[in-house]
Amino acid sequence: MKNRDHHRDTEGTEGSLSVSSVPLWFQRFLMPLITAAIGIIIWSIAVKASGTKIFPTPTAVAKAITTLAEKSLLWHYIADSLTRVFAGYFAAILIGIPLGFLLGWYAPLARAINPLIQMLRPISPLAWMPLAVIWFGVSNAAPIFLIFLASLFPIIVAAMNGVRNVPPMYLQAGRNFGLSTPQLMRRVMIPAVLPRIIVGLRLAFGIAWVVLVAAEMIAVDSGLGYLIIDARNAGKRYDLVVAGMLMIGLIGLLLDTAIRRVEVWISD
Amino acid sequence: MKVQFSDVSMRFGAMEVLQHITLGAEEGEFLCIVGPSGCGKSTLLNIAGGFLAPGSGSVTIDGEPVTAPDRRRIFVFQERGVFPWLTVEGNIGFGLFDMDEAGREARVAQYIDLVGLKGFEKSYPRELSGGMKQRVEVARALAVNPDVLFLDEPFGALDSITRLQMRSELLRIWRAERKTVLFVTHDIEESVQLADRVVVMSARPGRIRRVVDIDIPHPRDLSSRRYIELRDLIFGEIGLAHQV
Repeated sequence: MKNRDHHRDTEGTEGSLSVSSVPLWFQRFLMPLITAAIGIIIWSIAVKASGTKIFPTPTAVAKAITTLAEKSLLWHYIADSLTRVFAGYFAAILIGIPLGFLLGWYAPLARAINPLIQMLRPISPLAWMPLAVIWFGVSNAAPIFLIFLASLFPIIVAAMNGVRNVPPMYLQAGRNFGLSTPQLMRRVMIPAVLPRIIVGLRLAFGIAWVVLVAAEMIAVDSGLGYLIIDARNAGKRYDLVVAGMLMIGLIGLLLDTAIRRVEVWISD
Repeated sequence: MKVQFSDVSMRFGAMEVLQHITLGAEEGEFLCIVGPSGCGKSTLLNIAGGFLAPGSGSVTIDGEPVTAPDRRRIFVFQERGVFPWLTVEGNIGFGLFDMDEAGREARVAQYIDLVGLKGFEKSYPRELSGGMKQRVEVARALAVNPDVLFLDEPFGALDSITRLQMRSELLRIWRAERKTVLFVTHDIEESVQLADRVVVMSARPGRIRRVVDIDIPHPRDLSSRRYIELRDLIFGEIGLAHQV
């Protein structure tokens, strides 16, 4: 995949389409910024033209973000949200990857357990909210549990399918060269499955981040999700609501970019 | 006999795949097994490699029954068997995990040289052509110094020009290393170009129809009368009129 991207990129700078003759850095960085600027202008005009008293202008949102940042509340909330997301996400990795490996490796086990997994998978993590509150009470554990559930299933499925789809000849070759089962795992299975698992991890993180807001609606009084709910409940501060939304979007973009980097690095 | 099949039969469920195969390969011999698709020739090779247990009968190598895969006899697949996460060096050194660093490096360098991949040591398989990947697989197999090589349609996925080149490469390597080679193919021309003897199998259930001695010295002239004679003999044996 990466190779092909490179290919396209280098071709793009000399391609026949007019847009491809624009330098790559310009396409990658400046053009998205221009899109954002246009979006903000349209947003601004739409708020003024409609005369709405509820939806904030971009300036109001920018002010809200600055105020939050000055009170250091913003950093505090971001840190809390990230801690929860990563706690749930890493717990899901720790359990999901070994479980996925086992299910992919032992077909009878998969036949026994997979239907249960496939049944639990379509249940929105949010449906667990009432139970999470009963089980974990007012604590960080409740939202972490929801994020854990949200990311667990994509990770299990990615690891399981990854193991199942390892070309049998890789394993046959490994055995032929006299590898023991643990050696086969380490030297053939894991490297063969890794690219697929990384894709699953990125998918899982996307879902975990989406679930964050809902997860922070319960049992906690900090975090970006809490900020949104609190701003609405406390005083209909829609400038803060939109500020919270923007922060979630921006941080999500940054983290996704980071995981993509890791993905490219590993599949290299 | 180096490799001896004694009355090997095999069935998968209700499907009979191999019937009463008795066949021997001598030390250092290049034996080709040809037959139509699905005749069980790959199954036969997998039994000899220790990856499948025969339904009945037995396979011995140096008189010992084959019960499991063994690094003294290496199976070579089509080029898809190379590990994409390892470099050329890493792939060729894959089976040398019980050697010390220096010994391994020397062995890898020796086989990179033998298969003509010098300069590509650090390349990954995706940067290589199909023929080069096939060289990597052959070198990976040879590096552990096996005494038998099983090749299962190794050149099947290559274009016809590369395939021809790879055949002469394989013969050159075989002459240098003198391994016993069992080579499965559905390509009759390929078998006549390579083998000391060609084993012709019937359609499923696979039986041995005939074993043909290829008494043409290497390098073989592909337009010589004897070559065409033997080739047409095998075409006829498989039941193909040699016309398009």
